[in-house]
Parts: sequence; C-alpha cells; structure tokens
Amino acid sequence: MTADIAAILAIDGIATGAVYALVAIGTVLIFTVTRVIFIPFGDIAAFTALTLAALDARQLPGTVGLVVVLACMACAMEVSTLARAGELRAVPKAVLGYLVLPLIAVGIVWLAMRLYPPMPVRIVLALLLILPVAPLLDRIVFRPIADASVLLLLTVSVALHFALVGLGLLFFGPEGVRTEPLTSLAMEIAGVHVPGQTVLILVAALVFSGLLFLFFDFTLLGKALRATAFNRTGARLMGIRPARAGIIAYLLGSLMAGVSGILIAPVNTIFYDSGFLLGLKAFVGAIIGGMTSYPGAALGAFGVGLLESFASFQSSTLKDVIVFSLLIPVLLWRSLASQHSEEEVEE
Amino acid sequence: MLSIENVSVAYGKVEAVRNVSLSVEQGQIVTVIGPNGAGKTTLLMAAIGLLRSTGRMIFQGSDLAKLDVEGRVERGLCLVPEKRELFADMTVADNLLLGTYSLRDRSTTRKSLDDVFDRFPRLRERSKQAAGTLSGGERQMLALGRALMAKPKLLVLDEPSLGLAPLIVREIFRTIGSLRSLGVSVLLVEQNARAALETADYGYVLETGEIIQSGPAETLIHDPKLIAAYLGGH
Repeated sequence: MTADIAAILAIDGIATGAVYALVAIGTVLIFTVTRVIFIPFGDIAAFTALTLAALDARQLPGTVGLVVVLACMACAMEVSTLARAGELRAVPKAVLGYLVLPLIAVGIVWLAMRLYPPMPVRIVLALLLILPVAPLLDRIVFRPIADASVLLLLTVSVALHFALVGLGLLFFGPEGVRTEPLTSLAMEIAGVHVPGQTVLILVAALVFSGLLFLFFDFTLLGKALRATAFNRTGARLMGIRPARAGIIAYLLGSLMAGVSGILIAPVNTIFYDSGFLLGLKAFVGAIIGGMTSYPGAALGAFGVGLLESFASFQSSTLKDVIVFSLLIPVLLWRSLASQHSEEEVEE
Repeated sequence: MLSIENVSVAYGKVEAVRNVSLSVEQGQIVTVIGPNGAGKTTLLMAAIGLLRSTGRMIFQGSDLAKLDVEGRVERGLCLVPEKRELFADMTVADNLLLGTYSLRDRSTTRKSLDDVFDRFPRLRERSKQAAGTLSGGERQMLALGRALMAKPKLLVLDEPSLGLAPLIVREIFRTIGSLRSLGVSVLLVEQNARAALETADYGYVLETGEIIQSGPAETLIHDPKLIAAYLGGH
C-alpha cells in the first residue's frame, strides 16, 4: 500500500465515519434519555434516502403510508390509555400530537411534491416526513414497557428493526435507489483528490453535532434532556416529563439519522433493508465510546469508518467480518475497564 | 393548603403508612417527626406522587389523585428528597436553572437566581462547578435553592439535616425558618426532632406508620414523653 492509496482510503474512511457518527450520536442521545438502544436508526436513515429518491422521481414516497398507519395506531393507543385512566380532558391534545401533527407533515409533503420543488426543498420534505416515524414507534412500542430492563428494551428494539425491514419492503418495494449527487465539485488537497461529497458529509456531520452541542448547553430544554439522562427522578421532581423528553430525543435522533441517510444516498445504493449495517456500525461506534458520551461515540464511529475503509482494501467481501471481529478486543477492554452502573448491578 | 385524609401506602402487602391524616395551612411550617422506618419518607413520596396511595389528598382545592408528579410540581408542590437527586455532572448554575422548568413565566429567572445566590453565597462561588463535586452541606443548599427556583407554594423537605455537620444544620434550619416571610408553606420531615420542632409551628409524631400524637410545636417540645423518646432528655 502506497501513501497515496492510504490517503485515499483515509479520506473515504473519514467520510463513512462521519455518516456513522451522526447515527451514533443519535443512538447515544436516545439511549441516555430513554434507556432504549434504538437499533432501527439505520432503518430511519435508509427510509430517508428512499423517501428522497421517491421525491426525486416524482412518486409518492412509501413513508406517507407508513406515517399515516403509525399515527393512527399511536393515536388509538394514547386515546384508549387516557380513556381507561378517566382523563378524557387530555384526549384533544393527544389527538393533536399523535395524529394531526404527523398528518400535517404528510399533507405538506403531498401538496409540495406536486410543484416539483428544487433539491434543497426536497431534502427538507424528506426529513419532515421521516421525523414523526421514531416518536410514533416510541409511543406504540416502547412507552408501554418504559420501565422494563435495558436488556428487554434492546431485545424489543431488535425485533422492531426486523418489523421495520418488513414494513420497508411493503411500503418502498424491493428496488434499490441512488439519489442525485448533492454536489459535483471536487478539490485537490496535497495532491490527493477529494470529492465534494466527502467534504459535504464531513461538514454536515460537524454542523449537526455542533448544533446539538449548542442545544444541550445553551437551552433550558436541552439541559432538561441532559437532566433526564442523568437522573430521571430528579428530573421528574423539576416537572420534566420523561415521556416528553423521550419524544424530543427521538425527533433530534431522527434528524441526525435522516441527514446521514441523505448524505450516503448519492454514494451507496440504498435498499429497504440497507439500514441494518449502518445502524449496527453506528451502534458499535457508540459502544466504543462507552454509550453515554457524544464525543466518544463520534470518535468510535470515525474509528469504525476508517477500519472499514482499510479493511475493504484488503478484502472487500470480508470487510464487515474484519470490522466486527476487530471489535471483540474492544468490547473485552470496555467490559474490563468500565465501572458498572447501578442498574447493571441490580439486574 | 394541603390536606391529607386517611392516606395509606403499601409496599406489596406491607402497609408502611396507615390511615394518616394531616394538614398544612397557608404560611405554616409543619413537621412530621418519628424514628427511622416510621414511614415518614414513604408518606412524602406518596404526597409528591412517586408512590401510589389510597385515601384523599387535596392541595389548594385540587385532588392530587388526578395529577402526576410533574402536574403537582407545576402547581407549586415541590419535594426536596432525602437523596437530594441533583444532576451531578451538570454545573451548580444549570441545576438551579432547571428548577425553573415547571414555570410558565421565566422572566424572573435572573432575579430568582440572584436571590438563591444571596441566600447561599457558597453556591455563587461554585456556580460553574459540577454539582457532584460539592460537599454534603453545599449539596443540600443546592437542592433547597433548586426547589426555591420553582417558586413553590408548599415546599416538602425530607430529612434536610441528614448527614450534615451541626453548624450547617443550623444554617439549613435558619433558611427553612426564613421561608415563612416569603409566604412559602413547609412540610418538614426530620429525625432531628428538636431542631424541627424549634423551627415548626405544628408537629405530628409518626410511629410504625401511624400518627400517634400531634399539636403545636411548642407544646410538643415540652411533652415529657416525647422528651424521653426523641428529644434526648434535656
């Protein structure tokens, strides 16, 4: 391997790592606030890419059907829970949040796509359509078992991923898509060719993690989310509802996953089931970072991206095998080095 | 302002609190004293909604059974728990700011923050430090300050003197006494019966989950039986 090839592989690995980093940060965000390891984030990313491709092709994205079905289910569940508790006064608010708002997002996309808007608007529409998916899944799947152990939540999360792959096939069909490149520019850095897409991926990853950082440090809502992650009871005593904090965490996490989906769609062909490897590698990155640290997760994700890039040069068929098997020592080191949290001791 | 009627709390089949009734009037400091394991903390957890209970609890005219913990906090019923429940990795200032989360109108946050810092100058010095680095006394000050940021109508304090040095205990009780002038009512649970009765207007004695005695704090503090049992005999 020459230095030139190493540089090209490194640039490629950083771009891949940046995409994983976005999803990994979202994974850490959801985990710390809700204790759910949300495996389906990769699917959210893949569905965003498929949504954007459908909008590019002037077709109604399958996400529309998915959101409508999920919104109806979530709304029915919330209303029946409220009715059983005798809190009928809260029903209009529940219908607004779980049915009307998602349907407004669908309505906007449905109206706007007739005008065939330019690329940036289509990206915003795709993100708008994907945002309700994770919070609705949270209401349907995780809220009823919110007090369960982390292990049970993880098991359900994996099951949810497989259910989503099935729904993905139903709503998007089996065809793979590749969206239009976001930019055709390219540049030379120290004699190495760097595609504009790579730069764009890196910039987007930095901008979105930067925005998240600002949100956590400078807004009361962001602080409330961190407080919920640190100490649930303490947060409740401040009047912070964990369920509401969870919804915000899912929205922010979906935004990160959605952006990563849009960034990889022009580079890789995305199928309805492409999310799994993306989600898994981001999860691995988050684990390397300790599952609770944002910078740790981002660094871990970059590590996975670089490793994958160099592994694919050695053997492209075995790259995933190489990536995942090199993680075993990392996991061993993590489990030996980490202090056990209180909850792990109880279980 | 708070009335608790025939409230019972059970952990499984074990009743930790049985048919307890008590009330706190506007501007009053009411204390519940009793030995370890009498059910004092359990009673407070039920009042804030962290534990299920039977019986009736009315706070400023609204039935607490219909409100979750967050709803009670929004109405001005605030608990400073025995474990303090601070956000250890966040700064002192951020902990205090989170106290205002339940308020609709946050225009007075700046002033509330200054008031808390004036009350506890140590917190101002340490405002940029993580809450986890504070000493036990400073943590209790932070927990109290954070609750005051929420502009509570009734402040519920669980063992505020637990594990603190005598000098700091005195400071904490002086602060609790001064809340009267702010118009904040207080429900105070304490093992340090003497200090609690000296600060309070009215007292209840809780033993094995039941109220066995109640009366004005001044009467209780001179009761020979109580002196023998809780007040160290002098």
